[in-house]
Amino acid sequence: MADMFKTPLAAWHEAHGAKMAPFAGWWMPIQYEGILVEHRHTRTQASVFDICHMGEFTVKGKGAKDALLHAFSHSLATLKEGRCRYGFILNEEGGVLDDCIVYNMGEDDYFIVVNAACIDRDFKTLCERMPAGVACQDLSSQIGKIDLQGPKSCEVLERFLGQNLHDLAYFAFRETEWNGKRLLVSRTGYTGELGYELYVEAASAQALWDALLEDERVKPAGLGARDTLRMEAGLPLYGDELDEKHTPVEAGMGRMMKNECDYVGRKGLEQVREVLLGLELEGRRAARHGDRLCLESGEEVGVVTSGTFAPSLGKSIAFAWCRAGQEGAASFVIDNGRAKLKARKVETPFYKDGTARVKLQ
Amino acid sequence: MSDPKELKYSKTHEWVRVEGEEAVVGITQFAQDALGDITYVEVPAEGDAVEQEKECGSVESVKAASDLISPVTGTVVAVNAELENAPEVVNQDPYGKGWMFKVKLAGPVEGLLDADAYAKVCAEEAH
Repeated sequence: MADMFKTPLAAWHEAHGAKMAPFAGWWMPIQYEGILVEHRHTRTQASVFDICHMGEFTVKGKGAKDALLHAFSHSLATLKEGRCRYGFILNEEGGVLDDCIVYNMGEDDYFIVVNAACIDRDFKTLCERMPAGVACQDLSSQIGKIDLQGPKSCEVLERFLGQNLHDLAYFAFRETEWNGKRLLVSRTGYTGELGYELYVEAASAQALWDALLEDERVKPAGLGARDTLRMEAGLPLYGDELDEKHTPVEAGMGRMMKNECDYVGRKGLEQVREVLLGLELEGRRAARHGDRLCLESGEEVGVVTSGTFAPSLGKSIAFAWCRAGQEGAASFVIDNGRAKLKARKVETPFYKDGTARVKLQ
Repeated sequence: MSDPKELKYSKTHEWVRVEGEEAVVGITQFAQDALGDITYVEVPAEGDAVEQEKECGSVESVKAASDLISPVTGTVVAVNAELENAPEVVNQDPYGKGWMFKVKLAGPVEGLLDADAYAKVCAEEAH
């Protein structure tokens, strides 16, 4: 633990009985009361998640937009101020270096949120791809991020801030103030539910966390529930479903690739060697990262990237890479070396009743 | 919750309640707490032979999968069928309704720990 990074909230988590474990080099809360309870609470009420480990950059200066259009896959040409967009940083071959959200803060002024495990590599890549005159800053250690997620999160945050948030659409954001501090409120998240990602200076993260928990509808949730929630919502996790060896098109993100510039990695998107499948298993037993994906004949055609028992569905679900051309099979067998689990391909999201995109106006 | 004094324990966190020539087996409070929310339990079938210190099933939670190791040698005479659809009972009542299977013992039960010795095993692992 001594060599782990800690978020500003780590002491709070430990004092409140969280089970802690390493994640991407960080000492993070996996659960407080229990993963299933926290999962259900997020699907029905509102939960706060400590996401301070994730990275934040700013990119500013004349030419920033054009440079980012060539550096990242995001289609920034159509991204209005006050909106943000999901996309990828690719290598030359089209493999995914990271998935990230880019915020349009104003003319040639962008805010970028990246995965904790990729911060250093992402920042180096970003700096290499930006021309002179465009300034990049890594603010990861100075910014705290708390996610408020769940169908009650809008009502909670409106009461908390004393502001109407019904006009804040999915993938829109607003800069405001809380307690005299700058607060960025983004209607985004990783749970499939209505929710917000909140950015505040790191020194105020604890105060924000405490204040949000004063609302009786809000409970803390750990990375365990974050993972089951994102799996049910059909959202990929970098390192599992996304990696340098696969393109976003192979990962099923082809319809998002609307940037028409000749961005780094674009050429590589034409080749599809494997496709990512969403799989539903027959029983409660879960497939796990690394299990073999086979046809009924026993022929191995791929590998499971992540799998879990899905609390909101009462059965197990998984993502797996499948050799292109084999994805049409009526059913698959997942072999974990001890058992053979029957699975069939299904459309994602696995859980279809999420409130993330609900129109509030 | 402290571990019942009348039970015997294995170092791999199973408990045994000896009832004459039979023994009931489950996993301990420490095991269920370490695993977290249990989502799937595979126990041996009635009639299966189980051997002490050998794998005889598995217990899965949201985050982990763990082998179930038989703490005794004998033949399975009953299994807790309720766990198939309600494995969370193991979390709620590991020493009662969360029992896993019952064995007709092949011989006297040996090589297990009493509650005090088992508590020391847990204390060491908790570090």
